[in-house]
Amino acid sequence: MTVTEKAPDQEIGQARRRKEDQRLITGRTRYTDNIVLPGMLHLAMVRSPYAHARITSIDTDAAKASPNVIDVLTGADLGEGQGVCINAWPITPDQKTPVHLPIPSDRVAFAGEIVAVVVARSAAEARDAAELVDVDYEELPAILDLKEAVKDEVLAHPDLGTNKSALWVFDSAAAGTGGDVEEAISKARQDGVLIEREFRQQRLIPAFMEPRSVVVDPTGEQLTMWSATQIPHILRFALAATTGVPESKIRVIAPDVGGGFGGKLQATPEEWITWAIARRVGKPVKYTETRSESLMAAHHGRDQWQKLTVAARKDGTVTGLKVELLANLGAYVAIVGGGVPVLGAFMYNAIYKFPAYHFSCQTLLTNEAWTDAYRGAGRPEATFAIERMMDELADELGVDPLEVREKNWIRHEEFPFTTVAGLEYDSGNYEAATAKAKEHFGYDDLRAEQRRRREAKDRVQLGIGVSTFTEMCGLAPSRVLGSLDYGAGGWEHAEIRMLATGKVEVVTGISPHGQGHETSFSQIVADRLGVPFEDVEILHGDTAVSHKGLDTYGSRSLVVGGEALARATDKVIERAKPIAAHLLEASIDDMEFTGGRFSVRGTDKGMALTEIATAVFTGHNLPDGAEPSIDAEATYDPVNFNFPHGTHLCAVEVDTETGEITMRKYTCVDDIGTVINPLLVEGQVHGGLVQGIAQALWEEAVYNDQGTLVTGSFVDYTLPTAADTISFDTDTDSTACTTNSLGAKGVGEAGTIASTPCVVNAVVDALRPFGVHDVRMPCTPERVWKAIHDRDQDVASGAVPHFGADTGMEGVADRSTGAEGAGQ
Amino acid sequence: MIPAQFEYLAPTTVEEALSALAQHGDDAKIMAGGQSLLPVMRMRLNAPDYVIDLGGIDSLRGIREEGDTIVVGAMTRHVDVGNDPLLAEHAALISRAVVHLADPQVRHRGTFGGALAHADPAGDLGGPALALGAQFVVTGPGGSRTVAADDFFEDLFTTAVGDDEILTEVRIPKHTGWGAHYEKFVRVAHQWSIVAVGATVRMDGGTIAEARIGLTNMGSTPLRARAVEDALVGQPATEDAVGEAAQSAAEGTNPPSDLNGDADYRRHLATVLTRRAVLAAAQP
Ligand SMILES: Cc1cc2nc3c(=O)[nH]c(=O)nc-3n(C[C@H](O)[C@H](O)[C@H](O)COP(=O)(O)OP(=O)(O)OC[C@H]3O[C@@H](n4cnc5c(N)ncnc54)[C@H](O)[C@@H]3O)c2cc1C
Repeated sequence: MTVTEKAPDQEIGQARRRKEDQRLITGRTRYTDNIVLPGMLHLAMVRSPYAHARITSIDTDAAKASPNVIDVLTGADLGEGQGVCINAWPITPDQKTPVHLPIPSDRVAFAGEIVAVVVARSAAEARDAAELVDVDYEELPAILDLKEAVKDEVLAHPDLGTNKSALWVFDSAAAGTGGDVEEAISKARQDGVLIEREFRQQRLIPAFMEPRSVVVDPTGEQLTMWSATQIPHILRFALAATTGVPESKIRVIAPDVGGGFGGKLQATPEEWITWAIARRVGKPVKYTETRSESLMAAHHGRDQWQKLTVAARKDGTVTGLKVELLANLGAYVAIVGGGVPVLGAFMYNAIYKFPAYHFSCQTLLTNEAWTDAYRGAGRPEATFAIERMMDELADELGVDPLEVREKNWIRHEEFPFTTVAGLEYDSGNYEAATAKAKEHFGYDDLRAEQRRRREAKDRVQLGIGVSTFTEMCGLAPSRVLGSLDYGAGGWEHAEIRMLATGKVEVVTGISPHGQGHETSFSQIVADRLGVPFEDVEILHGDTAVSHKGLDTYGSRSLVVGGEALARATDKVIERAKPIAAHLLEASIDDMEFTGGRFSVRGTDKGMALTEIATAVFTGHNLPDGAEPSIDAEATYDPVNFNFPHGTHLCAVEVDTETGEITMRKYTCVDDIGTVINPLLVEGQVHGGLVQGIAQALWEEAVYNDQGTLVTGSFVDYTLPTAADTISFDTDTDSTACTTNSLGAKGVGEAGTIASTPCVVNAVVDALRPFGVHDVRMPCTPERVWKAIHDRDQDVASGAVPHFGADTGMEGVADRSTGAEGAGQ
Repeated sequence: MIPAQFEYLAPTTVEEALSALAQHGDDAKIMAGGQSLLPVMRMRLNAPDYVIDLGGIDSLRGIREEGDTIVVGAMTRHVDVGNDPLLAEHAALISRAVVHLADPQVRHRGTFGGALAHADPAGDLGGPALALGAQFVVTGPGGSRTVAADDFFEDLFTTAVGDDEILTEVRIPKHTGWGAHYEKFVRVAHQWSIVAVGATVRMDGGTIAEARIGLTNMGSTPLRARAVEDALVGQPATEDAVGEAAQSAAEGTNPPSDLNGDADYRRHLATVLTRRAVLAAAQP
């Protein structure tokens, strides 16, 4: 057999369309809720309408008598067998972690917590019966405010005796990575500049498109769980660790998953309950949440108060940074939990050469939904705060905000650079990205326009926002995670299976949920092995297929998972080489591999890798003692994080009469190293930007004084759509990452991390002539208008949702259920 | 989001619908486009035993001209209202407003009559209908009666339509040659109005001869800004003159306070948006 096809053109760098899109977008695929098993039962949850209450009694009789109801179970009924929801990252040895049972039996700690579950033959019958469960509560005082929580007067969990979960501190003087901040501050107080500000990171809801859904089939030798999750491997481990089922008896499948943004990086009560019930009834069981349940009980993100102090010399050189955080964990410590702000701890110094740094974070329990990772996880908070501070410093000094940044940033010739937070940045070029961004943006012209509008006292003022950011991504070197007491490693696994017909199956431990890994991973493998893109199939998200993996979050998939893949391809080639030499009757030392072919140096003799796969399949003619396989696997533990960076510039028009903000231009130049697929990168950047801009302008999860989520539907949780955004001007710059062979850096979170401060800086910049130094997020027109008119920017605390009890319309008896029945 | 069980009734005439309503009374809900009814049923804020779908009653759909009036059937969908040439010519304020209502999906299902009968104070059609002095034809067991716009909207989600009645058509007096503009203020495009102002004006040379202004979400019902209307008569369509008149736009209003803005902010918006709406409506 001879192969005549020419090697395919280089795949890496091609703007391939996503091969997974057709099935994902048309919905003709296996999302968890599409899975139907013989005899499958359905669950509906009964949830607490109260933020904090003792459960005094639960009457399930009427629900049990409802048609086709199999059972109605409470926390007391399920007892120990239900397992617990875990926190994998106790950030300090003495962290206070309330026990988190999937269904508590005595007390609820947030509105939306599950108190009973109905098992029925259909989802509709389960839901109907859930309405009939009669729960008596004795209301307890609820703690719903971070600054109140820290006083420990009202307790989220009275038995813990405090709301304070953990205090995590980093000090550069103590760590030996820098000087003493207090010294820098007192010096700045004497003869320098001192800026102190407090920022609010509002609570956000990840708002993935596919609601969470879980199916458990207990009927096979292995118990199988399908879940709309980002973390099938971690789930399997957690199920084994907490429910007593041996790991070898558990198979977890994340089929196609419709978005996550960190919101599906969780071990949830809903999964644990479905697991427990399937085991109990011995039949397949499904639970799919409603959108209302998703908004109220899936974990939320951010929710911090950030107090920053920047000490600087009069020439703008920063001499010290102090950060004090209060971080809201919500009612329980979620799987990453307090680890989210701790991840941010390493990023407040950003791209700058600050000589002294002190960070402290107090995590607090409250009677609100739990919080955890949300796109960027810790790094957006850090970037927001420091980029806002750099603008404040520039304003104080009366210089351009880019000038202050340049004065402090790491110059490109200074890499690798060890930061005051102790990380080693391998590469970057802030000068280049900034220069490119300024030019694309038309920075000087826009500044000139801004001056004109200011002088003319135009009703519409122009604001220009700057954000130069970096982030640590590619989670994570296992040793670093170990030093931070995280409960797992950060490696990733890949396997290449060379099929007899010359096709390739790739198994990855990464768990895609919309990113396009099937496409980008295929491109890497196609290039490395010299096979057509179409011949590569990426298998993922099933612990029976991909037995090892640590899943998808923290912009790790390509840079850790892709690197594992690259290494596995190298091993395939290594394994094939002696067989090729044998078949070509040449010395192994004369073997060359290019474009998918082995050839004998100096001759025209050669053979395709795929032909070797066939030869291995038949096994007819292999070297003596050779194993008939060229399949290979690799497990890669990154040696470092990687540090994408970029310069984002944004111009907004602010109508000073109404406070309305209109985005005029958004330019970003991101340095993400080698670009595998520019189209996917653009998609990630666009989506990331919108999500970050949404924090700046639109989104906020709000509770009322009773602890009920006011923004409990998409009418009130104002997610933007395409109609609310402009065309972004995006570009990339490439300084290759030096710690992986692909040269790639993460891009999944970059847009989100950079855009929030960029937009808020622009809004504040527009309002500086009015003496405004901050606008609280989201910068609603009302807040902007009030800032101009020097009024309190608090939103109305008596706010009611658009769909409330009084929207129930007239003439029908059932209106009161709306007021009582949270989440139904 | 599964609603409670209900019986689905699909009458094909108004008479059938009325008799179903008479039979089931409080246990039934009329469904037009379902765009407001279904969300509250799915959230289980409402659980009627019977849903009477008007979708099969052809006589309730369509827009026609009757002398000095344009008649809009209650079941005419928003998208058809927006595309209608008669309305564009004779009641432009309706055309201008309806394109800002929700998103294309909702506009393809929701209906003119459904939106008005629902009487959400943040809804975009009440203010314009009020400003244009629409007449609401309501049909019950005893036949039809006509309710003036001023009497139709009674309170939050409450209209003059009785429990045993159906809104069948809306009669809009022609305002041929009047300029119109609907100024809707929202944070995200698909949102209900935080405040909106619909203005329609008849110009006489450079002067405003008549003006009619409807306010959205400035109280529990749509409101007319009558003080502004009066003050505008005989004024030139200039920033200053219109701005001066618009100062009283919030007079007599009682706007809500919510996450999008408190009552004071809404009052301020009403004056700004009124000025802008009137100036835009006055453009030749
Ligand atoms: C996502 C979304 C966004 C929206 N945004 C906006 C917006 O920006 N602006 C806006 O104005 N609206 C908005 N709406 C509401 C939309 O206009 C609806 O179409 C309207 O409120 C109800 O019309 P419908 O035909 O769907 O009525 P339905 O939902 O079927 O009925 C609404 C109510 O009116 C009653 N009813 C209906 N027809 C009659 C009748 N002929 N006689 C008596 N009673 C009747 C019903 O019994 C029910 O109580 C939005 C809706 C959605 C889902």
